[in-house]
Amino acid sequence: MVRRSVFRSGGVVRRSVLRSGVACALGAAALALTGCSVAGAGGGAGSGPHGVALRVAIVSNPQMQDVEMLIKYFEREHPNIKVNFVTLPENQSRATVTDAVSTHSNEFDVVMISNYETPMWARYGWITNLQPYIARTKGYDENDFIPSIRKSLSYRGAMYSVPFYGESSFLAYRKDLFAKAGLHMPAHPTWPQVAAFAKKLDDKKKGVAGICLRGDSGWGENLAPLDTVINTFGGRWFNMRWQPQLTSPSVERAVRFYVHLVRNYGEPGPGEAGFSECATNYEQGNAAMWYDATSAAGTLEAKGSPVAGKNGYAPAPVLKTKHSGWLYTWSLAIPKTSPAKRAAWQFISWATSKAYIKLVGRKLGWSNLPPGSRLSTYRIPQYLKAAKAFAKPTLTAIESADPQHPTVKPVPYTGVQFLDIPEFQDLGTRVSQQITAAIAGGESVKSALQASQQYAQDVGKEHRS
Amino acid sequence: MSATAAPAQRVATRRPRGAEEAKARRERWARRGPLLPALIFLIIVTQIPFVLTVFYSLFSWDLAKPGSPHWVGLSNYGAVFTDPVFFAAVLHTVEITFISVGIATLLGLGLAVLLDRAFVGRAIVRTLLISPFLILPTAAGLIWKTTLLDPTYGIVNWIIRIFGGTPVAFVTAQPMASVIATVVWQWTPFEMLILLAGLQSMPRDVLEAARVDGASALASFRELTLPHLRSYLELGILLGAIYVVNTFDAIYMVTQGGPGTETTNLPYYIYQRAFLGFEVGQSAALGVVTVVGTLIVASVALRVMFSIFIEDNTAKA
Repeated sequence: MVRRSVFRSGGVVRRSVLRSGVACALGAAALALTGCSVAGAGGGAGSGPHGVALRVAIVSNPQMQDVEMLIKYFEREHPNIKVNFVTLPENQSRATVTDAVSTHSNEFDVVMISNYETPMWARYGWITNLQPYIARTKGYDENDFIPSIRKSLSYRGAMYSVPFYGESSFLAYRKDLFAKAGLHMPAHPTWPQVAAFAKKLDDKKKGVAGICLRGDSGWGENLAPLDTVINTFGGRWFNMRWQPQLTSPSVERAVRFYVHLVRNYGEPGPGEAGFSECATNYEQGNAAMWYDATSAAGTLEAKGSPVAGKNGYAPAPVLKTKHSGWLYTWSLAIPKTSPAKRAAWQFISWATSKAYIKLVGRKLGWSNLPPGSRLSTYRIPQYLKAAKAFAKPTLTAIESADPQHPTVKPVPYTGVQFLDIPEFQDLGTRVSQQITAAIAGGESVKSALQASQQYAQDVGKEHRS
Repeated sequence: MSATAAPAQRVATRRPRGAEEAKARRERWARRGPLLPALIFLIIVTQIPFVLTVFYSLFSWDLAKPGSPHWVGLSNYGAVFTDPVFFAAVLHTVEITFISVGIATLLGLGLAVLLDRAFVGRAIVRTLLISPFLILPTAAGLIWKTTLLDPTYGIVNWIIRIFGGTPVAFVTAQPMASVIATVVWQWTPFEMLILLAGLQSMPRDVLEAARVDGASALASFRELTLPHLRSYLELGILLGAIYVVNTFDAIYMVTQGGPGTETTNLPYYIYQRAFLGFEVGQSAALGVVTVVGTLIVASVALRVMFSIFIEDNTAKA
């Protein structure tokens, strides 16, 4: 436990030099892989005579792009605040934000993170406690946030980030194809039932897969749906003494089931299919079922979608647990280092307010609302009409997700489709690669899980000590 | 600079007879001086990051955890040399480099020979053949992955289906071949250009004489053209290898190093450890090992295999 922390004793100047060096040095050593980080670019968020320029890091999902489009309404209300967005795809955004926040480099005033980072970063003291700000903001109404989402963004009863949108997972299926085949989707399907449907509906000749499931590598890609399957099959990553369980019979049974299902009745090329590929496949009518994020339903039912109006939505399939859906939310937080916390909160409270959600509906259409953050969203009549097929299933799925008790047996971590430990990004990436290899057929499920168990061994050791 | 120049001046004032020598030295510095800014710039942008990387490689530093930079000595290097993925990555790097450069050079040679003759529309054909080299590598990777090789919407599988075959998920079924195809497509024009320059610098009268002497086309190609092209071939292979050895874009876009770690090469592995795993110390150690390894291989290869450098050295000596 006696860890000599060299960088922390170095004083402010030395620390900042070392920090900005790291990205560049790595880049150079890695044969000039990437440019240096944007550290230092743009300077600090100054509160000069002309007001504040906020530096906001967000993920390039459609709902976030809506914020960029509507930001003029915020700036009109707050003439002394200018908002500058740094928009990056999920993986790049996560790397940039983790880099900036963990090294206290004062690169951003607002960062978009998730329920994976929030509790950990709150515990480390990297992000600001938002509870005092919430208390001072009239009409913000944090009790309106969906309870499971709110809890997942809290540390010791205080919120450290506030949800922009939230999602769980559910099973989208083509009602027309089910009717044609004389099949009936039960109200609470089990995985064996879903596998039987997939087998019946899989039609290689017509190019319709029985089910689309993610196979592409990444802890946010194939591990998300797979982990919910592992959980409901009674498997877990670690037991209460942090001993890895990835080669246990229940995990192996779950992974075998998933790999078998997607290889035999899944989309073509499952090893390279992630969320977007499955979205395209399902939307183009090339899959009869799709188990994925609830937030995908908005696009499926949007105008112009070839499958709009043809879909039913069933809860995440189960086996040994009552529910199995995951819980994920993109949320906004203020790094401890930001000198413009008050302005940052003004922006955050605007972007996560009830008024913003209605603004999106009025300006961009009611089916485009950021879903899954506020209960009141599900009482807006225009939204209920636009999202008739999926609004209620989405809310039910998010409300019933239980990150504290993801599986049958107790676990030493929280999180459904991830483990809320700092090592998980690395561990998850490596395990997901093994899973992809098994799905692509280059490796057996057994050897993939043995390699994964080896990776997990190191992580477990650190937690045991 | 001043530190080196000062003693020279002191010597000059103390010993008048050495004035000649001092003058020569000043002249040498007058010649070197203008180069110094470039040298200093080179040191700043290459050597300081390298020294920092060596420094970081001695720490265990996980960006995702607080207070984690702590001294671990050489244990990151121990981890590198006991990591099976590292050795697999080395192997994949060698595989990608050798096969891609080999195929690109052969294709480039063929195309260069064809382009060396006059025909209608030669300029257009040449421009079209060069264009893959001008496309952003990231875009090339994306084109190959989605437009060409996608199992459902790709052109290749569309053609396969027309002929009644079953579609192949190339990127996962043949990941290495997919990556190599992308790299070859990008680098064939480069090899072709260099070899075309070589062919066009060849004196025509030699070939004519050979034809008059009754040599077949194949024989004159083997006996005259190839020897003439040797140094161009070596240059093309050398430059191609230098670029292809740190291929990142194609792998990132097409396979993400997978499935599993089947196409993970060293640059991609370092990226993954640093930017997805946040293991700064470990990836720094990987970087250092890669640089040292590359230097050893490069210097041996340069001295042993390539006549351009050997001839250059003998000419000087």
